[in-house]
Amino acid sequence: MTAIAAARSEGQGATLAVARIGLIAAAIQLYLCLVGIVPIFDERPLIAGVLSLGEAAILITMFGAGYLAAQRAGEVTTWQAGVAGVGAGVLSGASLTLIVLVGSVVDLRAVFIHASPDLYDMLTRGLDLAGSWIPIAIGGIVGGVAGLVARSPARFRRPLLWALAMLVAFGLFAGLLRTPMLNNFLAGLARFLFAPEGLTLIGAAIVFVATFAIVVLEARLRVRRRAGELPAARRRQLQLPLLLLAIVIVLAFPIGFGSFFAQVIAVVAVYVLMGFGLNITLGLAGLLDLGFVAFFAVGAYTVALLTSTGEFGIAGWSWWAAVPFAVLFSMAFGAFLGLPILGIRGDYLAIATLGFGEIIAILARSDLLKPWLGGPQGITNVPKPIDVPPDSFLAGPNQIYYLAIAGAVIVAFVAMRLRSSRLGRAWMAIREDEDVAEALGVNLVQTKLLAYMLGAAFAGLGGALFAGLVGAMFPTSITLFVSINVVALLIVGGMGSNPGVVLGAIFLIGVPELFREFSEYRFLFYGIALIAMMVFRPEGLLPSRVTRRELHRPEELEATAPEDLTAAAGDMGGSEGSTDPAQEATR
Amino acid sequence: MALLTAKTVTKRFGGLVAVKTLDLVVEQGSIASVIGPNGAGKTTFFNCVSGFFRVDEGEIVFDGHPIHHLRPDKIAHLGIARTYQNIRLFPTMTALENILVGEHRHLHSTWMGAVVRTPAQRNEERRAVEEARRVLQFVGLAGRGDFLAGKLAYGDQRRLEIARALASKPRLLLLDEPTAGMNPVETEQLTAFIRRLRDELGITILLIEHEMRVVMGISERITVLDYGEKIAEGNPKEIQANARVIEAYLGHGAATGESGSGTPEGETTSGATT
Repeated sequence: MTAIAAARSEGQGATLAVARIGLIAAAIQLYLCLVGIVPIFDERPLIAGVLSLGEAAILITMFGAGYLAAQRAGEVTTWQAGVAGVGAGVLSGASLTLIVLVGSVVDLRAVFIHASPDLYDMLTRGLDLAGSWIPIAIGGIVGGVAGLVARSPARFRRPLLWALAMLVAFGLFAGLLRTPMLNNFLAGLARFLFAPEGLTLIGAAIVFVATFAIVVLEARLRVRRRAGELPAARRRQLQLPLLLLAIVIVLAFPIGFGSFFAQVIAVVAVYVLMGFGLNITLGLAGLLDLGFVAFFAVGAYTVALLTSTGEFGIAGWSWWAAVPFAVLFSMAFGAFLGLPILGIRGDYLAIATLGFGEIIAILARSDLLKPWLGGPQGITNVPKPIDVPPDSFLAGPNQIYYLAIAGAVIVAFVAMRLRSSRLGRAWMAIREDEDVAEALGVNLVQTKLLAYMLGAAFAGLGGALFAGLVGAMFPTSITLFVSINVVALLIVGGMGSNPGVVLGAIFLIGVPELFREFSEYRFLFYGIALIAMMVFRPEGLLPSRVTRRELHRPEELEATAPEDLTAAAGDMGGSEGSTDPAQEATR
Repeated sequence: MALLTAKTVTKRFGGLVAVKTLDLVVEQGSIASVIGPNGAGKTTFFNCVSGFFRVDEGEIVFDGHPIHHLRPDKIAHLGIARTYQNIRLFPTMTALENILVGEHRHLHSTWMGAVVRTPAQRNEERRAVEEARRVLQFVGLAGRGDFLAGKLAYGDQRRLEIARALASKPRLLLLDEPTAGMNPVETEQLTAFIRRLRDELGITILLIEHEMRVVMGISERITVLDYGEKIAEGNPKEIQANARVIEAYLGHGAATGESGSGTPEGETTSGATT
């Protein structure tokens, strides 16, 4: 009796889990449709003539619901998992049917302007009320398939999920990839794979099959394991050509992809510079600075003042002569702002620095400084760093692209050197425990000021590049959002990690630039991305590795590390969890 | 010769007098202890010596320099290092890096030098790492250097904290309850280790300790505090026989009883003292 009761209650638990996931998916779909994300995404084809991005968003939600439901259903057979998937999929699809049914009785547009006939047409495949069952059917099918996939062996599941993800990625970037390819010998291939927007059907098939095959092959050949087993010296030898290839690609980028891309990447690089700067102040020294844009502004205005040929220019120097001063002024400013807030810790520091950022923005806009900084009109006529004829390749954003990349490389180098020095260690010690660091002889005043100054220097360089890129400097560029962006890209990339800064900047600054048409929802996705990041990968995309210096070969370390010690250590490490994920050390 | 001299040191927190007109002398090359019930002001005194607290009255002189008005980093540069009652490592730095921070005061690299990495700079860094490995070896943590400090086992964390203090090559080492939370075997090892620090490295040691076996075993001079005041001072024999000490530990009337063991129950692993 009890066994049956237990089984029944387990079954009930599974049903509940499926119902919950189905309802969550239903809520997400309602939101996506009524807020207008699906209708707008629907205008962008993913696979030309077959699937739009809007439809894909719905299908992905259904797939996710089915997949999760099968995972949460507990110990069940594959077919039961499929049934769980169908259940969750049907529930999520039912929300769309509900929109169609309600929409036929009441005019939802009074409240939700996006609940238009276009949306209903899309959901019912043009059948109107008669087709209101279609979302449920599609939900059931997609959910069921997802449920089965969730239970399939990894050697099949992994390539399939990768292939689907790649399909979406290539569909999204098709237009961007196609345009540059049309200009050279790849034009035929471009027309074959890509429609003007989205993939062609054949292109989609090729992307799907190719990704599937690559992932299968990678798993079969165990590329990663073999790479891991190689001796360090050999691994380095293999990395060198990859590095060279990466350099060539970076240098040739504007040639292949044109100046729009170059401009986007130049902006990304400016943020990378600021990210490196804040990585010192916040990532290493642990001093939260929400007014980081101030140093950027000082750098940009210094360059603008010293170089402008317009009415506010005071020197008419070249960009190159002005840059060192921009960096120096930013540093001085960093010290100037740093002094009064030396003794402030934690949350209070964030508020104080927030205030500084706003003060700078207001000053730049003010009538008080208008005779010098131009007030809201800003300073225009900032010459380009490299004076070339307007039709030359280096005119416009391309030269800033190269300068920004060069600047980022130099700054990355400086940041890396600083990180593994006496000063870098002192910064980290302050971040971890200020009092103890001081009792070990670390001069808090000096060390903190250096953190502010060097962070400011990097941001000032970013500002200098920005002024050169735009050819002007306006107070509208000094917004709180810049500061928040820099903090966010550090968090997304991985606090304290220099490669993380680059990746974070690409994701948070670069990718949104490429999806200008959805800019209305930029902050929505920004927020979702940040929350998802904090929940699923709080350490960031590329967390900093712990350097190994006591034992030269990590293999030896693993050999000497007993399992139980690692396990015990895991229990004790509970109190931290702010920045560095510690798993790296015990691997 | 006196290495550390405290003269009429007083520290108040509002109305509470945590340390009251305390006189204390630590001889060069000795092992001295400060004991007393919870809240007696032992750790407060340590915090005054290491510069975390400003003394309200009196003065503290280290090796001829008055230090009671100095910042903690200046005091560290004079050669005083300490450990903490509740371990305070840099948890997300590796054990080796923790020790390298300990060496901070002996390194001279500037930020410019760090970026350019001059030969002198590189040499210094290499020697620093070698030295750090030696210190790891000395405290028995060889092979643990690349672990994050926060992930080490408890006993190893205690040892690492001492190692970090040793890396600054102190002349005076303040140990705040070094054996707290240790089992008898570990305690014994640590006691022997503390003696080695003095005998082999010549470091003068001042410790706060609750474990009477440790205190009586290694201290040459013991100062007993109660409610911020010094109630007794002397060698272990004298302290064990002192009626006021027994009273402070065991309560009024206990002094008439048997006073041989001197290991009051419940005091051995006690937690917070001020």
